[in-house]
Amino acid sequence: MSGDDACAEGAISAGCRFFAGYPITPASEIAERMSERLPEVAGTYIQMEDELASLAAVLGASWGGVKAMTATSGPGFSLMMENLGLGIMTETPCVIVDVQRGSPSTGLPTLSGQADMMQARWGSHGSYSIIALAPDSPQELYNLTIRAFNLSEKYRLPVLVMTEAATGHMYEKVMIPPVNEIEIVQRRRPVVPPEEYLPFQPDADKVPPMASAGEGYRVHVTGLTHDERGYPAMTAAAQDRLVRRLVDKVEQNSHDIIDVEEDGLEEAEIVVCSYGISARVSRIAVEQAREEGIRVGMLRLITVWPFPEARIREISTQTRAFIVPEINYGQISLEVERCACGNAMTVPVSHMGGGVHSPDEILRAIKSVLK
Amino acid sequence: MTAVIYDRPVHALDAYLRRERMPHIWCPGCGLGIVVNAFLRSLIKSRLDPDKVAVVSGIGCTGRAAGYIKLDSFHTTHGRAIPFATGLKLANPELKVVVISGDGDLAAIGGNHLIHAARRNADITVLCVNNFIYGMTGGQVGPTTPMTARTTTSVGGNIDEPFNIPYLVAASGAAYVARWTTAQVGRLEKSIREALLKKGFSLVEIISPCPTYYGRMNKQRTGLEQMKYYRDNSIVKSGIDPKHAAIEFNGQIIVGRFVE
Repeated sequence: MSGDDACAEGAISAGCRFFAGYPITPASEIAERMSERLPEVAGTYIQMEDELASLAAVLGASWGGVKAMTATSGPGFSLMMENLGLGIMTETPCVIVDVQRGSPSTGLPTLSGQADMMQARWGSHGSYSIIALAPDSPQELYNLTIRAFNLSEKYRLPVLVMTEAATGHMYEKVMIPPVNEIEIVQRRRPVVPPEEYLPFQPDADKVPPMASAGEGYRVHVTGLTHDERGYPAMTAAAQDRLVRRLVDKVEQNSHDIIDVEEDGLEEAEIVVCSYGISARVSRIAVEQAREEGIRVGMLRLITVWPFPEARIREISTQTRAFIVPEINYGQISLEVERCACGNAMTVPVSHMGGGVHSPDEILRAIKSVLK
Repeated sequence: MTAVIYDRPVHALDAYLRRERMPHIWCPGCGLGIVVNAFLRSLIKSRLDPDKVAVVSGIGCTGRAAGYIKLDSFHTTHGRAIPFATGLKLANPELKVVVISGDGDLAAIGGNHLIHAARRNADITVLCVNNFIYGMTGGQVGPTTPMTARTTTSVGGNIDEPFNIPYLVAASGAAYVARWTTAQVGRLEKSIREALLKKGFSLVEIISPCPTYYGRMNKQRTGLEQMKYYRDNSIVKSGIDPKHAAIEFNGQIIVGRFVE
């Protein structure tokens, strides 16, 4: 099946029972499949009037106690930045899939890009941390959509699946395991009666248990800075406490969230660091380089945000250079460069979008370091 | 003074208010207290289970209503109360979901969501509080400001036609549409109760004073003066086509149930 279809199936497997969306190339197939699949599992599909409304409806549904998602591409992702911030601030679990296309603006609707990666990290106003996953195949779109739901329920925030047109429209065999073999995480519920419940009082992992509307807890939920009761608190102290916790609950649990794939990093003179479809192409270049006797390692980012900062710093002391192929003018390469702290060189291999790299371009970049 | 007032131990609606959040932020003479009062009394009379009623607000003075009402309550982003409410209702159809928000929130930045929710007959109730102005931000012209009315961004008089909200939502397919002012509290309460019990998209527009900005700039300097204007100029015309209910500056205000 296609990557987009696999994404929808992953959502169904994860227990997603609500989808609100707006048609957009190259993500529409996710909405199409969800509109067929959700009624079969007593779920709800609704096509909204735009992406502002889509994410608003998803947040509402999540507070109604249902796992919810939307899927879009760059232009719609831009519109969602407003309610992404509301989702962060109100700690609302949900999943947003961005099937990236050529950009800026309308760009290349049917062709690939990876230029929304920094928008995924910083696109909504304010200081916050986010979780973003980058699959490199239809199978991984299935797997990571499930993981995205699990992480969003566990840490109470919107989780992003950042794929691209090439992967979303790629047809490959996808294995869907039996239901009882899939690990599913449900959000933590309050264990105290309503009169004792503080909706934004976190547990030790900095995540508060979540009550849904209609359960008698009579929660108040606001995008304003709020205290543990959920009430607006217009002070620097309340702001400090809340914003630090929203960031810390991701950063301090990053060991549980971050997932990378490493290959031949020991004694690698050069490390190719990439993600998504670009990592797939990189693998070919790495193999070619190895055939030519070059000691090249491969670091594939499966979790892009939070960034595997400590691991990259560690690798940077043992290698000469990071080669970073991505379909943008340099976004994740900036992060790699930052984390390498000058210990190793960072060489971006930029593709402006509309296609994917050729392995030759990456191979040339690898060799350029050796000159 | 306020401390003395809010230390009173019992108010008929205490069970439905977050008393610990008082005093509220609304100005003296503002109509929002009347609106919240009317909503809660209507809710009690409707006999809906309050644990199964959720309030969703957008941003603005009216947007703060959700924060004072002791129900499951959501203060969302500017203009997006209706789609949030739509998702909440669809996820848990047992809930009665009520949007309480202002005219700027619902008819300007959220205007597209308003007409589409009416079009698809979303099963929610909307209380649209219309004070003719953006109050929270300092009295700027809005989508409902009557032509020629003065605001802080139309000091020479508004040059644009306002929306006639009942006409807009009725034309879009709403199942229940009414308009009252804060001067007709009895009829307003009855109408909200009808809207709460109506299946499908119901909207009650509530014309409400903002003496601080709208009144001050348009020779109705106090809430009382604005209320007297409503009292003296409201004409009940239930059942008429709401296209005949447009509001003109300092003119008559056609009120009533237009669609039910």
